[in-house]
Amino acid sequence: MSETLLEFAGVHTHYSGGLHVLKGVDYRVGPGECVVLLGGNASGKSTTMKAIMGTIRPSAGEIRFEGKRINTLSTAERVRRGIAPVLEARRLFPRMSVLENLEMGGYTRRRDAAFQEDLDRVYALFPRVKERRTQLAGTLSGGEQQMVAIGRALMARPKLICLDEPSMGLSPRLVEIVFDIVRTINRQGVAIFMVEQNAAMALEIADRGYVLQTGQVVLSGPARELAANPAIREAYLGEMKIDPA
Amino acid sequence: MSPTHILLQQIVNGLSLGAIYALLALGFTLVYGILELINFAHFSVFVVGAMAGLLVLQAFGLQGQSVILHGAPLVLVLLAALVAAMLACGLLGVLIERYTLRPLRAVTGPMAMITTIGVSYILVNLVLLLTRAQSLNYPDPLPAMTATFGGVTVSGKAVMIWIVAAILMIALDRFVRRTRLGQAMRAVAQDQEAARMMGVDVDRVILVTFFVASALAGAAGMIFGLYYNFADYNIGYTAGLMAFTAAVLGGIGNIPGAMLGGVIIGLIDTLGSQYIAAKWADVIVFSILIGTLVFRPAGLLGALAPNRS
Ligand SMILES: Nc1ncnc2c1ncn2[C@@H]1O[C@H](COP(=O)(O)OP(=O)(O)OP(=O)(O)O)[C@@H](O)[C@H]1O
Ligand SMILES: [Mg+2]
Repeated sequence: MSETLLEFAGVHTHYSGGLHVLKGVDYRVGPGECVVLLGGNASGKSTTMKAIMGTIRPSAGEIRFEGKRINTLSTAERVRRGIAPVLEARRLFPRMSVLENLEMGGYTRRRDAAFQEDLDRVYALFPRVKERRTQLAGTLSGGEQQMVAIGRALMARPKLICLDEPSMGLSPRLVEIVFDIVRTINRQGVAIFMVEQNAAMALEIADRGYVLQTGQVVLSGPARELAANPAIREAYLGEMKIDPA
Repeated sequence: MSPTHILLQQIVNGLSLGAIYALLALGFTLVYGILELINFAHFSVFVVGAMAGLLVLQAFGLQGQSVILHGAPLVLVLLAALVAAMLACGLLGVLIERYTLRPLRAVTGPMAMITTIGVSYILVNLVLLLTRAQSLNYPDPLPAMTATFGGVTVSGKAVMIWIVAAILMIALDRFVRRTRLGQAMRAVAQDQEAARMMGVDVDRVILVTFFVASALAGAAGMIFGLYYNFADYNIGYTAGLMAFTAAVLGGIGNIPGAMLGGVIIGLIDTLGSQYIAAKWADVIVFSILIGTLVFRPAGLLGALAPNRS
């Protein structure tokens, strides 16, 4: 493939206590692509998100965005260049209104006409969010919070949205709605890099996927192939081989 | 004076003291809200504010109560002293944060709080050294203006204190609620990591918070000097504890709570001194502190402190 939006090349990360989490991972997300990152608990999925946003710096390897090395860029600069996060467990600002939460997503931007335009676009995508714009975010339902979290990311007018377990804690019906929204946003040309435990749903909307295990990529390929892979079916799609006793 | 007059008079006095406590309490609450840190250096910043204001007043040739000013010169001199005290303290707060607290940011536990106690001792002792432990006469260029309403005397000085405190608190409220930086400050207080992910420069926001908190302490210090006509190295101790109690009573981390708590503690301080005994006022106030911590730790207006997981 020709163009690359986001690229990890041999990235290692260490937490300040010395814990070595990512151990030489390679990822690639093309413009407008939808890529899913599967992996069990503590495999380094959220750490990957932190490395993308720059709240943790790689101890080795290179992270590139649009071909340029971004290892040492501040988070603000990354957001300005077009990367926006939807954080694990949503992490809205609970005592701010919905509108203020959306504004925080566009924190690095000037509040000009384009900003207002994007706000209107988020409201058009989520009429429900518009209705609730003066409500405190902490009082929203889980599903509403996830929509605000996605709307907040859109306010950065990103080229790439990184979602950390968007289905976490939501009912199956809401999970479906959230994935529909992610697909819609992706079809509008925004690339998606999504961490998920809900492999079945995620692989359904993704183009490609990676499987992370204790900090290393152990499998990768087109979503269709991963969904058909017996190891994945067993580990993530809830299919267990039951030995006849 | 009739009992009602005495009561009303004490309420008027309590409001002035309450304004000072409220300004000082705001600093505790702002810093706690953003770092979950009880900043004991705040006590000494208040003292430095009083001294900075004093230096400026003296630089204008005011010594003791001998020089009385009127009109524009009065306003300008007081404003200059106030602004100087606020700027000096704001910068001091920034230095304290940058060089003594930021290096400890990653350290959990009471380390940072203990550091602020150390900083407080250093600053207070510097003031002690420079003032040779004397109680200094604070210039009072205000003409002795008073108005009497039904037997209750309100001095021009008290009215000025109320106005200055109200302006500062309204300005703070506007800043925190309406500006982009103020919004970033609230974001950091509510979820530091999420704020960072939105592109907020968290270290810068913390510095701004220390600047604002310390500038308010500077204003409180200078107003204290004007109100009591004296200042020494030791004034931060009682005022600081009163203001800290005010912040806890209102709900630490809660800005309107600090304002409300300040006024309540100011009133309790003066009314307690009037009706029971000055020495008991402290006991009452600190019983309130302990009572709040035990029975209603969230304070009157509820904790707005971060609920980080
Ligand atoms: N700030 C931190 N300091 C030290 N260790 C951390 C920190 N954050 C995460 N870790 C550790 O790093 C490892 C990977 O964590 P990470 O959050 O990336 O996992 P994850 O794949 O997102 O898991 P989950 O599915 O539970 O969200 C874990 O062992 C975790 O305890
Ligand atoms: Mg995670």
